Order: sequence, then structure tokens, then C-alpha cells
Amino acid sequence: MSVKIEYHKFDVVVVGAGGAGLNAAQVASQYCKTAVISEVYPTRSHTISAQGGISAALGNLEEDHWHWHMYDTVKGSDYLCDQDAAEYMTKQAPEMIIALEHIGLPFSRTPEGKIAQRPFGGHTAEFGKRAVKRACYAADRTGHAMLQTLYEKSVAQGTHFYSEFYALELLVNDGAVNGVLCFDIQNGELHIFNAKAVVFATGGNCRIFQTNSNAHINTGDGLALAMRKGFSWSDAEFFQFHPTGIYGAGNLITEGVRGEGGILLNAQGERFMERYAPTIKDLAPRDIVSRSMTKEVLEGRGVGQFKDHTLLKIDHIGAANIMEKLPGIHELALVFAGVDCTKEPIPVNPTAHYQNGGIPTGYLSQVIKGNMEKEEFVPGFFAAGECASASVHGANRLGTNSLLDLVVFGRTAGEQAAKYAMANSIVSLKDDAGSEGLANLQKYANANGKYTFGEIWGELTRTMQTKMGVFRTEKLMKECYSTLLELEAKMDDYRVNDKSSVYNLDLIEALELNNMILVAKACTQAAILRKESRGGHFRDDYPDRDDVNFLKHTEVYLEEDCKTPRVDYRKVRLQPLTVETFPPKARVY
Amino acid sequence: MTTVTFEIFRYDPDKDKEPYYQTYKVELRRPGYLMLDALNQIKWEQDPTLTYRRSCREGVCGSDGLNVNGVNMLSCMTKVEDLGADHIVVQPLPGMNVMRDLVVDVDDFFNKFIAVKPYLIRKSPNPDKEIYQSPEDRKKLDGLYECILCGCCSSSCPSFWADKKYLGPNAALRAWRYIVDSRDEGAEERLPILNDKHGVWRCHTIYNCVEACPKELNPTEAIMNIRKMLLDQQV
Repeated sequence: MSVKIEYHKFDVVVVGAGGAGLNAAQVASQYCKTAVISEVYPTRSHTISAQGGISAALGNLEEDHWHWHMYDTVKGSDYLCDQDAAEYMTKQAPEMIIALEHIGLPFSRTPEGKIAQRPFGGHTAEFGKRAVKRACYAADRTGHAMLQTLYEKSVAQGTHFYSEFYALELLVNDGAVNGVLCFDIQNGELHIFNAKAVVFATGGNCRIFQTNSNAHINTGDGLALAMRKGFSWSDAEFFQFHPTGIYGAGNLITEGVRGEGGILLNAQGERFMERYAPTIKDLAPRDIVSRSMTKEVLEGRGVGQFKDHTLLKIDHIGAANIMEKLPGIHELALVFAGVDCTKEPIPVNPTAHYQNGGIPTGYLSQVIKGNMEKEEFVPGFFAAGECASASVHGANRLGTNSLLDLVVFGRTAGEQAAKYAMANSIVSLKDDAGSEGLANLQKYANANGKYTFGEIWGELTRTMQTKMGVFRTEKLMKECYSTLLELEAKMDDYRVNDKSSVYNLDLIEALELNNMILVAKACTQAAILRKESRGGHFRDDYPDRDDVNFLKHTEVYLEEDCKTPRVDYRKVRLQPLTVETFPPKARVY
Repeated sequence: MTTVTFEIFRYDPDKDKEPYYQTYKVELRRPGYLMLDALNQIKWEQDPTLTYRRSCREGVCGSDGLNVNGVNMLSCMTKVEDLGADHIVVQPLPGMNVMRDLVVDVDDFFNKFIAVKPYLIRKSPNPDKEIYQSPEDRKKLDGLYECILCGCCSSSCPSFWADKKYLGPNAALRAWRYIVDSRDEGAEERLPILNDKHGVWRCHTIYNCVEACPKELNPTEAIMNIRKMLLDQQV
């Protein structure tokens, strides 16, 4: 079968159009010819759903310093983040926020007209002494305001957009990344983008869990594409289970609710976080709050018919305050919980929210390939945002650091990719460039077997939810892995009913499911081998952190079969750029 | 368990000469079952070929505008029970070209949005700090910046259907969001684009856009404000 492929040449190709991708694109477009490839129209990317804020030590309402922010980030990460990246991000944060404001982001304001700030989980003054107002926000629509502003800016900047293009294969020639094979969802045509530099900003993968806050598109495609080409997924076992997902639906209720004074209650009406984090209580980092809530439920103090969740109370701050600062939350609680939060508490449960790890990068967003002995930057390959790991989140991300990560490392990736593109000539495509992605596409386009998306995805997400969730054990995770192998085998007996060339969502779901099974296997294998508890990875069989054996990044590669995870490790960069290292300490709040 | 009949617009240009409607039965499996849950139930359990857009599933990404029993809405924020009907007709957004089933071509919609220069235009140099904006000035953006670009407004507008060049309520709303922003200095660049027979004068104050907006915004009011500004400038 002959296949027609359209070829394009660009200096920089950005895959993904969320906050990181668009910030990379608008910056790179200022220097060179830049394209953005996105599975959805850019304004449909998942950054749009971010609610509560973006942190920066602006000190608009009280004294604050980037060094305090850095400390919180390192401690929040359970000391697994790279401290050079944590310094880089927190130091750049204030200037980054100002840059966003200057391009139009409609931040909420203080009475004197400065950018307003509010408290968020794990953000403290003077190295842990008290909560601090550090999160800049646009009501509870910060991500929405940011994504649209960045889209508008990149339009103004002349970025070339290829929307509803789905990436099938990352192209590599002689060790250098030089392009992407894509599928035009609207008409089924194939495109190869040959580029001097490629930026991955493909987002997360929490759709592998049954209860999650993620959009349909968050299926780990970028990770799967990178892993199939011999790159790794760093710290794959660390997921963030956000404490306040709406019970039953998983949709997010921002931590900003607790930042504005909301509290968590158990069946006895007790504000239980006072017991678990006496200093900052409900504003403890997310891993700690999620575990505390789950413990309350396991010990019989859950609410509702099945005593299986807790309550988030916010009505005491007053309806007017809620409608001004948290209007979106009011709407979500009404639709997804049937609750008017100006009068009643919202039923909540932890929800899979964020992938803390990702494609490993240096603090300048260059993708790293490495292990404990050596590491090197991959020519032409950059990554930023949730799909990447600089690493600033380590084992647990602080609330509001995700939007900051997107824009800081997105901008850096854009600058570095442009710089790289201007200094290097294009690496030509291999003769068979795209053949692997094309073979995979044809496998599913012609799949006439037995199993369809609904049943396999259902079992995948139920399994991940019950066996790879907030509390883990070796036994559960091994069971999880065997189920994943069974599901993987079923993918060889799969059926795509839809044979149309136009907007074939059935085919896209098959490709996404195939990627989801791969990333689920990778993170489960990483979790089995990390025999300690740290941040978002908590094991009943190894409840303590073990810095002697596990203060290191996991790096999951694939074996040559491109299916079986091979778990390796890499050193944590404990040395910051200019300040002193924050040595690992017990994590108490 | 309540079962509801869905009659859904189908069209695949690869095989269909013309569109048709296909009927499905959907179980409402819990209180508050959403239109998107219903579409997913059909796709994942009955007919994988049914095609529609969706992403965030919480009413902010704007992917899933649909016409349900004659009214534009987001599938992820609409409870089936709230429709008060056991027979539900689902169609693509009207006035836009259908690509397949419930998926419409939105390029024209986005191009019109871009045409009004939807970004902050500054002539003065920026300060080192943020550009100060009083809470009162910031409040002027409320009811404007929350637009999710779903297209429910423009595709409900008879003027938008009739005049293929009409910018539509969405573009006007976004233009006004920047014109009233105390930090913006680009009104004089945007007003001539809006002051066109395919611009704000094409609105006949039918208010369909206001009815259709899932975020309860008011594009007609934005259009009226722009017209007033244009008239004031002529005096």
C-alpha cells in the first residue's frame, strides 16, 4: 500500500498547545519559523482547566522571597526535585508573572491595583514558619486566562498552527531528534514535520486512573512516543492525587478554596487536618492531605451512605466572597455534586490529577538521556510542562507550581530550541522516517478483532485506581502489572469499527489506549521497584522514606521490544545554581 | 433506571450522500447524568463510529458545543434530566459546515476571532512592575474574559447564518474585552474592523447569543457598547 505523506520544514516544531507549548511557541516564533502541532485547537488544551493560581514571590500583600519559595518547592518535592531547577524556576517566577501581565493576562487585583495573591498548600514564609500569600490568580480561572492569553500572543507573533493533528512518531536520526510524524484528524492525511529542534509539551496522563481530574486528551501520548525512541520517563511512579476532587466525578475543586478559608471535615464534623499538619492544617501539601483524608475514611470517619469520602466546607466565608473569588467552583459543585457551596459543604475525594515526573530535562529544558553513571543532552530535543521533568516537583508538586513550571520552562524551551535551531543545520530524515508510527497506525486502522475501547479502558482505569492509588503495596502493584499485561495482549485482538478517513475518533482512541497501557506498565514497574515512601508514592509495606537507597530519580526506559519497561536510576541534582543545598530533612508541616 | 431515546445527526462524507438521524437508547445511570456521559455511553458501548468533540468535561475548554432539542449547549455541563424530555434530538452547531456527525468546521469561527486583534495592544512603554489596574477597572473585564470560545453564541445567530462574513457575537465580545481593558491602547486599531457592514452593524439584537451562552455572558451588550463608542467618535 502506497502512502502519501506531506512534508514540512520548520526551525522549531512544538508538539502540544497548552501553557508550556504556547509559551515555547510564542517565544521561538520571535526568532525563527515555528509550528505548533496539537491534537485539539489550542484553546481546548488542558491548561484551560487550571483554577487556583500561579505562584511567585512578588510580595504584593506580605513579605516574600524566591528563596522561601524554593525551599517550599524542595521540601514539597520530598527532596527529590533537582535544586538547580527549583532555584531557576522560583527566581524567575516574579519576572515571568509580570511578563504574563504585560501581555494581557487578567489577574485579579489588590485595592491598590497590584496583582492579587492568596495562600496555597505548602507555601510558607521564612522556611516553613507560616502560610504566605504567594498564588497570583484570575478568580478561579487562572489557567483559562493564561491559556487564552498565550494563544492570543502566539497568534499575534505569527506562530503556524496545525490543530487537530495527532503525533504518531517522534523522528530521530543518528541520535538527534529531527521531527514528528503526524496524522491530520480532520481528513486522515499524514504529515512529516522535519525540524531543527523539537519541543515536547504534550501534557500528562492521568486518564489512566478511574477517578481523575484530567481532560479526555491527557493520555500520555508524548511519553509513549519518547519512550519508544529510547528516551526515559523520569520519576514515573509519582502521581499527584489532588485531595479535593468532586466525589463520584473526579472534577477538581481548587486548593484555592482552602486558600480562601475552606476546611475539610470528617463525619464527626471535625477539622481533621489539625491533627495531621498542626502548623498549616488544611493548607498542607497535597500528598499529605490526600493521605489524611483516605486515612479518615479507612478508620471509619468518612461521610455519606458508604462512609467513603469527606466534606469541604466553604460557606462560612460568605456567598458574596465565594461568588467573587470562586465563581467557577460554585458552578462545578452545582453541576457535578448538586451542591450549592454557599450553603452546604462539597463532598470530596482524592482524584488523580498530575504526573509529577516526565521526560527528564536540565534546567534549560534540554532533554536528558542518562543513568547513575553518565548523562547527556539529546541534540535537538527539548521538553516542558507536565510531560517533562526538570525536575521541580520531585515526588510531590506544590499547588500553583504547575502553571509556573509551564510558563518558565515553556519559555526556556522556546528560547533554547530557537537558539539551537539558529546554530545548527537541519538533520535530514532517515529513508524510512515515520515507518514505525505508520505501521502502528495501520495496525489499528485495520484492526478487526474482538475488543473495543470501552471495555479495555474501563478495566485499565479501574485497575490503576484500586492498585496504584494513594496507598500501595507490592502485592497490589504486581497484580496490577499482570492485569496490564493481559490488557496489552488484548490490544492485538482489537477492533476499530470506524473506517472513515474523516475525524476518526475511534481510531484515535485506539492509539491513545495503546499509549495508556504502555505508560501504565511503566509507572507500575517503577513503583514496584521503589521500596520506600516518598511524596505521592506511599507504600504500606515500606512506609518510610529511604534516602540511603532511593534519593535518586527513577528512569524508566523500554527494552528493545519497545513494550517492556526497564527501570534505571539517575542522580538527583542537589546543588542549586547559587545558593546552598537544602539537605533532606523529615517533612513536617 | 430511566431510559431516554437519543436521535442523533449522522453524516460521514466518506460514505453518506446526505445526512440522516440515528436512534439510540441511553440509560441514565445516576442522578445528574450528563449529555456527554450519554454520548460516551453510546460510543463506548453501542456504536464506536459516533463522532463528536470533547475534552475537559467541565465546561471550560469549549470543545463540545452542540444543538440539543433546538438549543445550543455544552454536552459536558448539561444534565439529561434537566432537558425534561425522554426524546432528545442532537445536532451539530447550526450555521457551521459539518465535517462529520456532530463535528463542525470551526476554522472560520477562529479566524473571525483572530480578525479583531484579540490581544493587548500597548503603545506606552511597560513599567518594570505590573501595569497597575484598579479593582474597579478589573471588574469591567468580568462577564467578558470568561468566554470559552465554544461557538454556541455565533452559531445561534441568524445574522451569522445569513452573512458568511459577519464577525459574529463571539468576536465582538472579545474585541470589547480588550477595548475596555484599562491597560489596552488598541481601540483605534480594532474599531475600524468592527465598524463595517460585516461588523457590529450586522447584529439585529435578536439576543440568541445571550440565550445560547453556556457561561451566561452577554455578547449583545458588548456589541451595543461598541456601537455606542463608534457613534460617540463620529460626533
